[in-house]
Amino acid sequence: MSQMTMIEAINDAIDIAMTRDPNVTVLGEDVGYFGGVFRATAGLQAKHGRQRVFDTPISECGIIGVAVGMAAYGLRPVPEIQFADYIYPGLDQLVSEAARIRYRSAGQWTMPITVRSPFGGGIFGGQTHSQSPEGVFTHVCGLKTVVPSTPYDAKGLLLAAIEDNDPVIFFEPKRIYNGPFDGHYDRPATSWAQHPDAEVPDGYYTVPLGKAAIARAGNDITLLTYGTMVHVAKACVEELGIDGEVIDLRTLVPLDIETIESSVKKTGRCIIVHEATRTGGFGAELAALVQERCFYHLEAPIERVTGFDTPYPHSLEWAYFPGPVRIAMAIAKVMKD
Amino acid sequence: MHKPNHPALALHIPEPKQRPGDAPDFSEVVIPYAGKLARPDTAAPASALRDYPYTLIRVLDDRARAVGPWDPKLRPETYIGLLRHMLLTRTFDDRMFRAQRQGKTSFYVKSLGEEAVACAAALALDRDDMCFPSYRQQGILIARGWPLVEMVNQIYSNQGDLLKGRQLPVMYSAREAGFFSISGNLATQMPQAVGWAMASAAKGDTKIAAAWCGEGSTAEGDFHSACTFATVYHVPVIINIVNNQWAISSYSGFAGGDETTFAARALGYGIAGLRVDGNDPLAVYAATAWAAERARTNHGATIIEHFTYRAEGHSTSDDPNAYRAAKTAAQWPLGDPIERLKAHLIGLGVWDEAQHEALAAELVQHVKTAQKEAEANGILGHGLLQPLASMFDDVFETQPWHLREQANALEAENALRAAKEAR
Repeated sequence: MSQMTMIEAINDAIDIAMTRDPNVTVLGEDVGYFGGVFRATAGLQAKHGRQRVFDTPISECGIIGVAVGMAAYGLRPVPEIQFADYIYPGLDQLVSEAARIRYRSAGQWTMPITVRSPFGGGIFGGQTHSQSPEGVFTHVCGLKTVVPSTPYDAKGLLLAAIEDNDPVIFFEPKRIYNGPFDGHYDRPATSWAQHPDAEVPDGYYTVPLGKAAIARAGNDITLLTYGTMVHVAKACVEELGIDGEVIDLRTLVPLDIETIESSVKKTGRCIIVHEATRTGGFGAELAALVQERCFYHLEAPIERVTGFDTPYPHSLEWAYFPGPVRIAMAIAKVMKD
Repeated sequence: MHKPNHPALALHIPEPKQRPGDAPDFSEVVIPYAGKLARPDTAAPASALRDYPYTLIRVLDDRARAVGPWDPKLRPETYIGLLRHMLLTRTFDDRMFRAQRQGKTSFYVKSLGEEAVACAAALALDRDDMCFPSYRQQGILIARGWPLVEMVNQIYSNQGDLLKGRQLPVMYSAREAGFFSISGNLATQMPQAVGWAMASAAKGDTKIAAAWCGEGSTAEGDFHSACTFATVYHVPVIINIVNNQWAISSYSGFAGGDETTFAARALGYGIAGLRVDGNDPLAVYAATAWAAERARTNHGATIIEHFTYRAEGHSTSDDPNAYRAAKTAAQWPLGDPIERLKAHLIGLGVWDEAQHEALAAELVQHVKTAQKEAEANGILGHGLLQPLASMFDDVFETQPWHLREQANALEAENALRAAKEAR
């Protein structure tokens, strides 16, 4: 057992995957000699060689496109897209190619690709280093979308994603790379040191895809969330002193509907929290699923707490961010009666 | 605000020289003599090859004799085999085009006039080299001996279709034939081929990859990403641009073809670039063999522009007479690839008209037999479809709950429809 940041946990996961399977190959901008702009691949080229960990041209289309070809050959590529905001030039290769090749070739070819990408805001990244585009990918059939919220989960989920025989979009909430975040941007940053979820087992283990975690058990209201917002939601519930249940979805597709359904049926109230823009976001899908399955158990309408339908602003970052005040307002509304 | 001392800017919109009603005119096409061009060493640096993108590799001269250093000098039996593949491709195209007109399928794409580009290239590659084709290289499958009946099953999307009726006709996928699943999204296969070849190289394998796209889709970003990766990692890949001069109704000027050649794209990337007479099967073979040897000996990628002419419409869905001069293919100065190879073989004294007619008749029967066999599995939209539940297979390796629910909902919907129809 070691105390790790999320970055260290991700690095450890890739290292273990590369050691266990000679077909695991890492590629991306600055991932090789330098080890990535966030250091997620630090030391991997020195250990596993330049044929398996290498820098690429600045071409997301090319990175995903060659990853598809490598997967067709039989490798298990783990491309990094330096920021999720940069993923769009690679979208056609993901949506029309990686996600559909198993289907369109009737299983002649499979696409065991894990696209890692730092995402989300709260780091003063402005509109091109802060986006949460998970809703673009959850809408695409044939892709799995995973978002860890702790070092323990990051390692186990990433190992599971790399082993998975279908393409996985692995979004890493970069605000919590180096420590959890309670949403109070004006307080000193905290680190993963001493945090129980940062105790990471040595060696190989997996956290299965498609299984949510109950980040905080409670009886009065369910908060469905993922990534950075798990910590913000948990802190908010505790500060309010309410008996809220925080569900960390961990995998958005395939979704753990059973955990969601049993929680909402128990509490009768549901809030969905995500950082991404609101309209057509993954929260809309969650709200639809909850009302389809739990309508007669609901005591109040479902509320969404999200970012606004604007680009992520630089100077007004904390006004945009769905922080403790916005969550508390939604909780108050849903718990009014 | 227009400044009085500056000329007004003008936007150039390319326009082909002839449109419907005009007489075809190819007088501006520059055709060097066959046999004059040197064949460089396959290990030559790209910087030593800068003239090649601006000329045309030709082996068969105007009297169909093989001349010059690019003459591959293969055995006559090999050429007869190539002729057979090309003629079978043409025969198959003809029958399938008619099948579409007869309502047996929704769509078809012929490769008339471009048979050499696929068949001669396939001959120059090893059987286990990986092909990432576009939708007009059915000749590769035929040259590699993929059963015609599998192709027809796919075109009919019937119960025998190995792709379970999921793909538009001609979007084949044949792993056993080293033929990657065709995408309708253009040029996506180019970086994929590069990635496949990178993997082969990283593993110390001996196999190379080849990809094909049209001149029109070289405008896609994917093409340029592919070229960048190909040069950066010295990738053992052949990047084929089939310049048939038409992208549906848009002539090659809309892909930049008025200003330079497509092979010349190679210069900016520092890749070897060859431009070849795509209607000369021996030249296509020779250029492909050169590029394959270059790739196989770790000297990197080659871009080959196959200069050819799309003899008919883009597909069954368009009428070329609506956008280009009539009967242009007959005027194409580089002729027809099958006629040229046939004349070459007759000139060698190994082939004659009677043999050719017999072969043509045999191939028609061959295609008819395959077509009949496939029709027993159904034609598009007439019963014998894939089972409903198969729609939900292969989205993922294992079916998640939401797809299971949707499959069940479809079953219920279908049962209700059946019950209504029974009343």
